[in-house]
Amino acid sequence: MKIIPLWLHKLSSPPVFYRFAGTLRPWFLWSALVLAAVGLYGGLVLAPADYQQGDAYRIIFIHVPSAWMSLFIYICMAVAGLIAMVWRIKLAEVIAMECAPIGAAFTLVTLITGSLWGKPMWGTWWTWDARLTSELVLLFLYLGVIGLFSAIEDRRRAARAASLLALVGVVNLPIIHYSVVWWNTLHQGTTVRLLGPSKIAPDMLWPLLLMALATHLYFFASLLNRARVGLLAVEGGKEWARALIAEKADA
Amino acid sequence: MATLVQMQQADLPAPDTFAAIRALLRRELLLAWRRRADALFPVLYALIVVSLFPFALGPDDALLTRISGGVLLVTVLLAMLPSLESLFRGDLEDGSLEQMLLSPQPLPLLVLVRVLAHWATTTLPLIIVMPLLAVLLRLPAQVLPVLIAALLLATPLLALLGAILSALTAGTRRSAILLALMLLPLAVPVVIFAAGAVAAAQSGLPHLAPLLWLAAALILALVLAPFACAAALRIAVET
Repeated sequence: MKIIPLWLHKLSSPPVFYRFAGTLRPWFLWSALVLAAVGLYGGLVLAPADYQQGDAYRIIFIHVPSAWMSLFIYICMAVAGLIAMVWRIKLAEVIAMECAPIGAAFTLVTLITGSLWGKPMWGTWWTWDARLTSELVLLFLYLGVIGLFSAIEDRRRAARAASLLALVGVVNLPIIHYSVVWWNTLHQGTTVRLLGPSKIAPDMLWPLLLMALATHLYFFASLLNRARVGLLAVEGGKEWARALIAEKADA
Repeated sequence: MATLVQMQQADLPAPDTFAAIRALLRRELLLAWRRRADALFPVLYALIVVSLFPFALGPDDALLTRISGGVLLVTVLLAMLPSLESLFRGDLEDGSLEQMLLSPQPLPLLVLVRVLAHWATTTLPLIIVMPLLAVLLRLPAQVLPVLIAALLLATPLLALLGAILSALTAGTRRSAILLALMLLPLAVPVVIFAAGAVAAAQSGLPHLAPLLWLAAALILALVLAPFACAAALRIAVET
């Protein structure tokens, strides 16, 4: 039983993680690309057009996985942030902070694809729908974390401060979501809804699930790569980082 | 080392928490009184923002009445931001924050006293002049008590949330815009419920439920926010 904690403990050491992430990253990246290619082919070519929305619905193969990722990454960031706050593990600080830009990017993709879909479907780029508004607030939360991290000069202190902000955000996220739903029903009736997941046809479902898997794998690949760079930035003066850079310079 | 600290603490008289709270309150109120002109700045800011709206929208009474509740809430929120930004800055610069961290009193309690004193000296004047601002925007007189009740519940809540963020940004430059960026998403539910109560009162609907939601959120923040704020202050002070 002791083997697994020992392995985890070793993995939290920056040089070990740096090598580990380096070997793991190509596997995640290539499987993400292959799955995304299959998923997009299935979604954009094989899946039938929707009887009501025509071909415009096909944007869900990008939009819905991005929306799932935007929340999933926030939770990843908060969990890593909690670990960073409680145990002060340097690796957890780096991972929490490198989650934020990826999450913000997925949130932005969700908002952009959503408004691209909304223009032909609802006739408007933007409406104060509960989900759209929550997603916009989520983007602001990500930007707050990124802004705080970049405002404090000491990287480790910045990471712990921004991790605390991410935790405050995670407590508030359900409150924000339900208050926005309540606000929306108070001010206007329910607007057009996205496709219900239970009503989706199987030919449309499998590309969607493949795309969800591909975005997860892409997130891990991107996170590993960013964490490697982040570790080098934090550990720049250390022996292992210098040796690594000297090695690269010789080659 | 630990035993040495315990021995030293045993020699000292037991820390009197209430005396500490009284001393801290007295210090905060005295500081605010010595710079009593500062308390006017949020009020003047709110007055200017409120009087800009009729210039931008035209002196249309019906339109002003319809938007007045929301405008007043957002104005108060914006007027709170500049003073929140510097909530812990003076304490950090003159070292009194470190004394608070080192004192034997529980830090979350001291932070809570600090935040409530700050609310009373900077935000309470805004609520006191609310009847005047409400008249400028033609808010119906029967809605005013609901607006004031909503503000009395919403502004301490915002001050507690803002205190966490202010503690996080205490040591940074350019923190004003950063504080706004971090606070506004967290303020969304507060604005929604406060404005919901005012809008309901304005259209003659029952307005108690959103006020109770605000009260519940305020109690939750009174319990949880001081701990988050204390953790943030420890991060700001270390190294």
